[in-house]
Amino acid sequence: MAYSDKVIDHYEHPRNVGALDKDDGTVGTGLVGAPACGDVMKLQIKVSAEGIIEDAKFKTFGCGSAIASSSLVTEWVKGKTLDEAASIKNTDIAQELALPPVKIHCSVLAEDAIKAAIADYKKKSGKDEAAE
Amino acid sequence: MTALGSKPCKPCPTLTRPAGAPVYLDYQATTPCDPRVVEAMLPWFTEKFGNPHSRNHRYGWEAEEAVEQAREQIAAIIGADPKEIIFTSGATESNNLALKGVAHFYKEKKNHIVTVVTEHKCVLDTCRYLEQEGFSVTYLPVKTDGLIDMAELEAAITDQTAIVSVMAVNNEIGVIQPIAEIGALCHKKGAFFHTDCAQAVGKIPLDVNAMNIDLMSISAHKLYGPKGIGALYVRRRPRVRLVPLITGGGQERGMRSGTLATPLCVGFGEACAIAKAEMGAEAERLKDLRNRLLGGLRQRLPEIYVNGDLDNRIPGNLNISFAFVEGEGLMMGVKDLAVSSGSACTSASLEPSYVLRALGVDVEMAHTSLRFGLGRFTTSDDIDFAIDHIVEAVEHLRAMSPLWDMHLEGVDIKSIEWAEH
Ligand SMILES: Cc1ncc(COP(=O)(O)O)c(C=O)c1O
Ligand code: FES
Repeated sequence: MAYSDKVIDHYEHPRNVGALDKDDGTVGTGLVGAPACGDVMKLQIKVSAEGIIEDAKFKTFGCGSAIASSSLVTEWVKGKTLDEAASIKNTDIAQELALPPVKIHCSVLAEDAIKAAIADYKKKSGKDEAAE
Repeated sequence: MTALGSKPCKPCPTLTRPAGAPVYLDYQATTPCDPRVVEAMLPWFTEKFGNPHSRNHRYGWEAEEAVEQAREQIAAIIGADPKEIIFTSGATESNNLALKGVAHFYKEKKNHIVTVVTEHKCVLDTCRYLEQEGFSVTYLPVKTDGLIDMAELEAAITDQTAIVSVMAVNNEIGVIQPIAEIGALCHKKGAFFHTDCAQAVGKIPLDVNAMNIDLMSISAHKLYGPKGIGALYVRRRPRVRLVPLITGGGQERGMRSGTLATPLCVGFGEACAIAKAEMGAEAERLKDLRNRLLGGLRQRLPEIYVNGDLDNRIPGNLNISFAFVEGEGLMMGVKDLAVSSGSACTSASLEPSYVLRALGVDVEMAHTSLRFGLGRFTTSDDIDFAIDHIVEAVEHLRAMSPLWDMHLEGVDIKSIEWAEH
């Protein structure tokens, strides 16, 4: 399968690979997917007192499209509020990376990963009662 | 024209790769035509274009002679009589003809077929088709090394078993089944023995008589011959009978009608003659290259696993799981190599290789596998390049892999409750 230039660029030069301290109260961690399905994404966000995402890191086990989707998402969420980050749609990711139909689920996984990281942060910081 | 077996083959040529093309390590998928094969084929497209079935003039006679010589060359590499070779379009057709042909011919007496879960799709699919027609099929499992258990085979064959079909060499993991033992058992129990030798002919010594083989499928494009031609060996004594799939002019002793493609037959024959002459030395050379590849990778990468038995295996195959990196992602990383992945993570199918699953390889590990196929034009430079390229890609991906981190932290990824989708 031919990959788009953007997918190749993120694959070869992934942005924000790494980990944040998951025990830090200002860090939210999302772990989605399953090794048996061939894809696992870990996405972490560090949130400032003002509720802005200051930093984001990812690690992904998966195909090139899954790696590119998670790399792209870490770029996108930085500087955003939690609500703004939560509104990122998989279709935006798929469109930006020009993913073919069989790779749409890789972008779905990236959307799920941000949502999971935000939920984890809210739970930890006691803000999860704030209805979405 | 090459005199049968007598004239030694020209020395093995080298093939130059176009600039920028990936190094080809997918010889189980197909092989390039050997330039010596192409040379032998060429006149049969143009000046010697006759119909080999035309009995009335020289054009036909010379084409017929060429086809018959090819038949002898093919027969010679498996110890058969040329009359027992039926030309087909490839191993897919041969497998269909063997299984459907025998099942249909003997259906009044017997209705059972035995095969193995790791067979090529064209065998498995044909068996499914026969099941729908009312035949019963036993699919034998394999052990973790990829080989069948002879006791299970013995128990599976009944007096209703018309045919047992076991491939000699598996296309994904390259393991060699104990063909001679299987043949002896089938004959003791009165069942015909068919073997798909698409990956075996020209790679390992085969002898239809010593191995009690009744039917054998062969494909030219797996042994440096042209695509679009193959053969089915059909034993004459004692005679195996078939209902043909393709009827018409009655060519190929009525088992496969249609005008033979003279250039393809000639190329196939030449490919067999070359393989027969060079097999021993080539096997040694490939084994060294394979050991170099495996040794080089093992030295530089922890947590890599060979799938399938390493000893009972053709020298030109290696199938490795690179734990904690996903196969498709890895394929993208090794873009300067042409290899195959056992992972099939697309929305259409999240199922990794059924062959690796049949060996009991965990789904997780099956997703991390690559198949390396080495062949006649593979050089040690290719292997050294491949090692560097693979190591670099695996390290790049492991640095990005959450599973690799967990492994380094001592977390068992099986202990985590994953939300499987
Ligand atoms: C074991 C095996 N059987 C059958 C086939 C099909 O052969 P052909 O391409 O000649 O139809 C292949 C090749 O893909 C194979 O590897
Ligand atoms: S993660 Fe499954 S195809 Fe991309």
